[in-house]
Amino acid sequence: MELVQKALKGNRRAIARLISLAENEEKEAVTALREMFPLTGKAHIVGITGPPGSGKSTMTDKLVKELRKRGKKVAILAVDPASPFTGGAILGDRVRMSDLNLDEGVYIRSLSTRGKLGGLSKATHYAVKILDACGFDYIFIETVGVGQSEVDIIKTADSILVVTVPGLGDDIQAIKAGILEIGDIFIVNKADRDGANRVVIELEMMLGLNAEKDEWDHPILMTVASENKGIIEVVEAVIRHKEYLDKTGLLAERRRERLETEVLELVVQNMTRYVNEKFVKDGSFQEEVDKLVRKENDPYTLVQSILADTVK
Amino acid sequence: MSEKLIRVLVAKPGLDGHDRGAKVIARALRDAGMEVIYSGLRQTPEQIVAAAVQEDVDVVAMSLLSGAHNHLFPKVAKLLAEEGADDVLVMGGGVIPDSDIPFLKENGIAEVFTPGTPTGEVVNYIKNNVR
Ligand SMILES: Nc1nc2c(ncn2[C@@H]2O[C@H](COP(=O)(O)OP(=O)(O)O)[C@@H](O)[C@H]2O)c(=O)[nH]1
Ligand SMILES: [Mg+2]
Repeated sequence: MELVQKALKGNRRAIARLISLAENEEKEAVTALREMFPLTGKAHIVGITGPPGSGKSTMTDKLVKELRKRGKKVAILAVDPASPFTGGAILGDRVRMSDLNLDEGVYIRSLSTRGKLGGLSKATHYAVKILDACGFDYIFIETVGVGQSEVDIIKTADSILVVTVPGLGDDIQAIKAGILEIGDIFIVNKADRDGANRVVIELEMMLGLNAEKDEWDHPILMTVASENKGIIEVVEAVIRHKEYLDKTGLLAERRRERLETEVLELVVQNMTRYVNEKFVKDGSFQEEVDKLVRKENDPYTLVQSILADTVK
Repeated sequence: MSEKLIRVLVAKPGLDGHDRGAKVIARALRDAGMEVIYSGLRQTPEQIVAAAVQEDVDVVAMSLLSGAHNHLFPKVAKLLAEEGADDVLVMGGGVIPDSDIPFLKENGIAEVFTPGTPTGEVVNYIKNNVR
């Protein structure tokens, strides 16, 4: 595909177009992904999650600047929730990253959750693959840590940063337990505010309770992202985590698991779509259900025959 | 197949520090089901175009109160064309004298909205004119 060739040469417009194709689930996206898949697997994928306003975008901006100093090419996927009523969204993460706009070694893309079941994680997955193939060394995914779908997206990442801040009311309780469990590196941002030490102690306690016996130490770092304080330590922790994943073989293992999950999910999605188009849309499914109601058939036989038709 | 959503970059070029108008438009477009990328204050034309390209937007909507529209708006349109993104709908809004509008339209600005334009009109314009 011509678009793929352009994207691989670093043309941003082509990269952007490919991501749109994937987001809109156009057929060409699959063609492009087939072509790009062999080139994937080199980027390190960093998830950054935490409550709204905790400083994720500011932090990402600073982390990326530090990685740029070290000569790395970086892409950022900034994900914000869509309005459940209209499907529209205001995506404002670029405001904190406007210095990066003109840097040729950086690509930033804002994505909305588009409110579809599994839709976001799929689009984000694809965007990550596209950017990986295009040679970005690091890919950051910023999401608000609230729902299950966000947890799913963030599972695309190799290293997961969980950001919190002092003064969230119930402090740590505000971070969902699930997110605590998936975090690799914990960041207490806005450490210029009162109470940062207490948040660190609470985190230490909760992580102590959760402690699995793995060799990764789950560092807890204090930062003032808006003043670029503590940023180098976070970058060093990410690099250390990357090396840890490499050395222990965990990276290969996780990526294998992710491929398994991806294939199984795609199979289910495609079958659901096929069944919908084949039976539900033309009304034949309703006729079959009528037979069930009249006890002329049973659900299990019907399932068997639908499956037989789907996989033939 | 998921529907294609209209993506709009709402940008504030120039030096004025007021983004109330931009935010009102951003919300109206979101409420009309569009994806609005807001990129913040005091953006140069180069920054706006870089964001528009990376975000693959269908529309760039700029708002400006400082009076530099005759320079900044056409510059954005020109840079977009240089990037091969001349299919993007470029719109301008803000305090713009009627006498400047023909010049802007000759220079790549599809439509100009002055203060007091109902947001619904902007929404309809985009829906009817997007590529
Ligand atoms: N006091 C303080 N403010 C910060 C810090 N980091 C970010 N902020 C501010 O917090 C606000 C929200 O930041 P943002 O990065 O948009 O948060 P996000 O919603 O998590 O992406 C902005 O006004 C930032 O300037 C910090 O370390 N200290
Ligand atoms: Mg943010």
